[in-house]
Amino acid sequence: MESLIGLLVGFPLLGAAVLLCGGKRLEKTGHWLGVVLAGASFVLGAVLFFDMLGKSADERALHQHLFSWVPVESFQADVAFQLDQLAMTFVLLITGVGTLIHIYSVGYMEHDERRRRFFGYLNLFLAAMLLLVLADNYLLLYVGWEGVGLASYLLIGFWQHKPSAAVAAKKAFLVNRVGDAGLAIAIFLMFTTFGSFAFAPVLSNATEAGEGKLTAIGLMLLLAACGKSAQVPLQSWLGDAMEGPTPVSALIHAATMVTAGVYLITRSGAIFNAAPDAQTVVVVVGAVTLLYGAIVGCAKDDIKKALAGSTMSQIGYMVLAAGLGPIGYAFAIMHLVTHGFFKAGLFLGAGSVMHGMNDEVDMRRYGGLRKYMPVTFVTFGLGYLAIIGFPGLSGFFSKDQIIEAAFAKGGTQGWILGAVTLLGAAITAYYMTRVMLMTFFGEERWRGQANEPHPHESPKSMTIPMIVLAFGSVFAGGLFKIGESFVHWLEPVTQFEHGHSPLSAPVVTGATVVTMLIGVGAAWLQYGRRPVPAEAPRGSLLTRAARRDLLQDDLNHVALVLPGEYLTRGLVYVDNKVVDGAVNGTAAAFGGLSGRTRRLQNGFVRSYAVSMFGGAAILVAATLLMRAV
Amino acid sequence: MFSASEASSSSMDALNLAVNSTSAAEAASFWVLGTIAVIGALGTVLLRKAVHSALCLAGTMVILALFYLANGAYFLGIVQIVVYTGAVMMLFLFVLMLVGVSAADSLKETLKGQRWLALACGLGLGALLISGLGQASITSFTGLGAANADGNVPALASQLFTKYVVAFEVVGALLTVAAVGATLLTHRERIEKSKSQREQAEERVRANKHLPPLPAPGVYARHNAVDRPGLLPDGTPSDLTVSATLLSRGQVREVGPEALHRVAVLEQRTADSHGQTEHGRMYGEPHDPDRDVDDADDEGRGSGREAREARQDAREEEATK
Amino acid sequence: MSPVNYVYLAALLFTIGAVGVLIRRNAIVVFMCVELMLNAANLTLVAFSRIHGNLDGQIMAFFVMVVAAAEVVVGLAIIVMLYRSRHSASVDDASLMKL
Repeated sequence: MESLIGLLVGFPLLGAAVLLCGGKRLEKTGHWLGVVLAGASFVLGAVLFFDMLGKSADERALHQHLFSWVPVESFQADVAFQLDQLAMTFVLLITGVGTLIHIYSVGYMEHDERRRRFFGYLNLFLAAMLLLVLADNYLLLYVGWEGVGLASYLLIGFWQHKPSAAVAAKKAFLVNRVGDAGLAIAIFLMFTTFGSFAFAPVLSNATEAGEGKLTAIGLMLLLAACGKSAQVPLQSWLGDAMEGPTPVSALIHAATMVTAGVYLITRSGAIFNAAPDAQTVVVVVGAVTLLYGAIVGCAKDDIKKALAGSTMSQIGYMVLAAGLGPIGYAFAIMHLVTHGFFKAGLFLGAGSVMHGMNDEVDMRRYGGLRKYMPVTFVTFGLGYLAIIGFPGLSGFFSKDQIIEAAFAKGGTQGWILGAVTLLGAAITAYYMTRVMLMTFFGEERWRGQANEPHPHESPKSMTIPMIVLAFGSVFAGGLFKIGESFVHWLEPVTQFEHGHSPLSAPVVTGATVVTMLIGVGAAWLQYGRRPVPAEAPRGSLLTRAARRDLLQDDLNHVALVLPGEYLTRGLVYVDNKVVDGAVNGTAAAFGGLSGRTRRLQNGFVRSYAVSMFGGAAILVAATLLMRAV
Repeated sequence: MFSASEASSSSMDALNLAVNSTSAAEAASFWVLGTIAVIGALGTVLLRKAVHSALCLAGTMVILALFYLANGAYFLGIVQIVVYTGAVMMLFLFVLMLVGVSAADSLKETLKGQRWLALACGLGLGALLISGLGQASITSFTGLGAANADGNVPALASQLFTKYVVAFEVVGALLTVAAVGATLLTHRERIEKSKSQREQAEERVRANKHLPPLPAPGVYARHNAVDRPGLLPDGTPSDLTVSATLLSRGQVREVGPEALHRVAVLEQRTADSHGQTEHGRMYGEPHDPDRDVDDADDEGRGSGREAREARQDAREEEATK
Repeated sequence: MSPVNYVYLAALLFTIGAVGVLIRRNAIVVFMCVELMLNAANLTLVAFSRIHGNLDGQIMAFFVMVVAAAEVVVGLAIIVMLYRSRHSASVDDASLMKL
């Protein structure tokens, strides 16, 4: 079985290679090749999964050493895979959701003439993402990490003819670079500290290293996670990343890639466990992002950007949970998986709505769409119920567990975190209800527009994935919750401790449901009972700030871009005047000198005679001088 | 004379070879002749006309010959006069004539700073040499009394044909090579057969141009008139009358207005004596008795150089094309 | 008077000749100045011959004269050639370079 692990990565990689290099011959059938290879990877993953289930918990981790990549003295970089329970979870999520979205894309990208390339990029993404989660060392993980960054860049900018898409892609790439630098530094630190960067030696020896070093490594890993998972302060790219095609938003910027940060923190749990300061920072980042994303999500009228804010917020939950340590890792991953289902479903629903609405994204131009696209409405609605934590659906179980764990952190911290997560749940309910109401209920605000759309249900290739994801949204949480099966499944990797919450579980659950209902009610009061204006009202100061992503871009502009510009200008000036000045000055000096010297050879024999005579005089002088000395 | 006194003094002090001073007569002659030699050298450098320079140089060389004699180098003294002032200077003068006697340097320096550099270098070198000599502080000298005991020429010969015989032979070869080289350099290969007189005459007849010999130059001139063109009946000078070489060198003198005036006066005089006044009008010159024929002088002195410059301009233009 | 004075005189003549070479443009005059320098050297040789009491200096001067004669022959031939091709005996005219 071990030898099959490589194929998980190999299938989509082959697809990417064939599709990107195959040229126009594959124009007609290429997308199906992409779907089939993604599906093959999923099937293989499922086979491995069931094989794994058949073993006892301790024997489940598989390992495959493919080849030695850079064997230099003590620096041993291997291309080796490690398929344990955590990786398995991700493999199934990535290949499962990935395959569904591949199928969806067949319909969604039907009219795009560069569909083959799109599928090539999608397959490339799958390969890189699988490499990321299957790597058995940080260096190979880094390769996958950069690979998903590249795929993300290519797919955000897929419609590169739109300047906004090109800029968004660049922005995502640049912001991610900051995080990537963090990961690189973390790997350097690991190598100097542990003499290795493979998971096994680093994580098993983590406690032996000094806490200071571990904190440094942890913070660098957190920086990496912030970049990839759009956490504060590196969150600014995710909203703009919605410029990419909707399947991309669903797969990469909701379900899988953005959760890589959570994977990284969970995977490096041993390091964080031994560095409580780093853990505290992780928790703070998660809490801040949770609220930040939720607030932004409330103000956006662009359906995809509202969902993007929601994604940030939900990943904030995961990061927060991961920061709680062994009491939270499993819940972080659990929420990650359920979120992968319902958020992918929501995005696909949004894509379906856009598909039927002439690619309109402004929710204020929607309204009353439930009649026209019932399948979308139902699947989107189930995803909606899941994300707000409606009792019994998957989001309810996963989020409830995180809130409990937050309270279980203990002390003042516990109370604060519990309050934040509860508040987040309320806001989540508020903005998701808002999205729901603005899109599917109320007046048909799209009527009477200059370019009036004709809302219609999407083709089967799009609705079927949505239905499947809706099933996942509904049942995944319950399935995981039954007998704490998910927690036990992950326990060998992430270690699990029961947190001791100051509040009993039913109280927390009750509070969660109540806050959720408050949020829904507030949204209904604002958007359900009253008609939604087709043009956005000016709004309060907070609303306006939230529409501008809480001024994050302005902050970045002032704090980073402007100093960078000044630095660049200064450097250009220095380069032009000082460096070039020195170089050109030297050249000019030599040029001038040559020009002068050239005149010595003027063709007049008498001038030459003067030189000769002068030389003779100098010789005589030298001779006399030598005599005199 | 000086050499005799020197020889006698050296014979007197045959045992004591080193002496400190020469005779007073030699000292006097040194100062006088030395001054003249320096003046001659300066003249060589400073005089505008090459011929004058050559004459100055010849004078300096003669004085140097005298100094050789005074220094006991009798053979060299004679050779100096024969070879240098006799042969070499004659060769110089020959070439000067070939190139053009009247070609005088202009004193204007064309190279920027050349004169100052030259002077600086010259003064510097002179100062160095003289200071070097001053440092040498030679207070006594041996004299050639002993060396020249059997006569200067036999003494030289005995060295030349024994110790320096190889150098002597080589120098002889060098002279031969130089002579052959000079011949080769100045030799111009004829690429076609030279025309006989008959052929030239036939050619002239065929061209139907200047059937008679070319007109003679300087019909009305009073000078040695090879370089002065003859006048056509209407008074304009004709280039046919002067040598093409002189023309190309620009050494042809113009017949100035004075000369024309003179012609007119002559014509007038002839006409007066014959009573034919009309003829003199041809030149448009009324009779003016104040301007005497004898006062008229050459006016074409500068023309040679002007013509040369004009020719040079034309050549430069051609080169730039 | 010391015979060294002849050497002083020779140095003076040599310098004058050298300056002449540098400032005169007529190739023939330049050549004459070279001859002047050679003669100055000869005078030095002869004077030292006397000072040191042997004839080697005179022999050397003799060779200088012979070589100078050969040099004059060739040099003047060159001047004649120069004059033929450039119609000028100025050493400056031999330059074909642009200024």
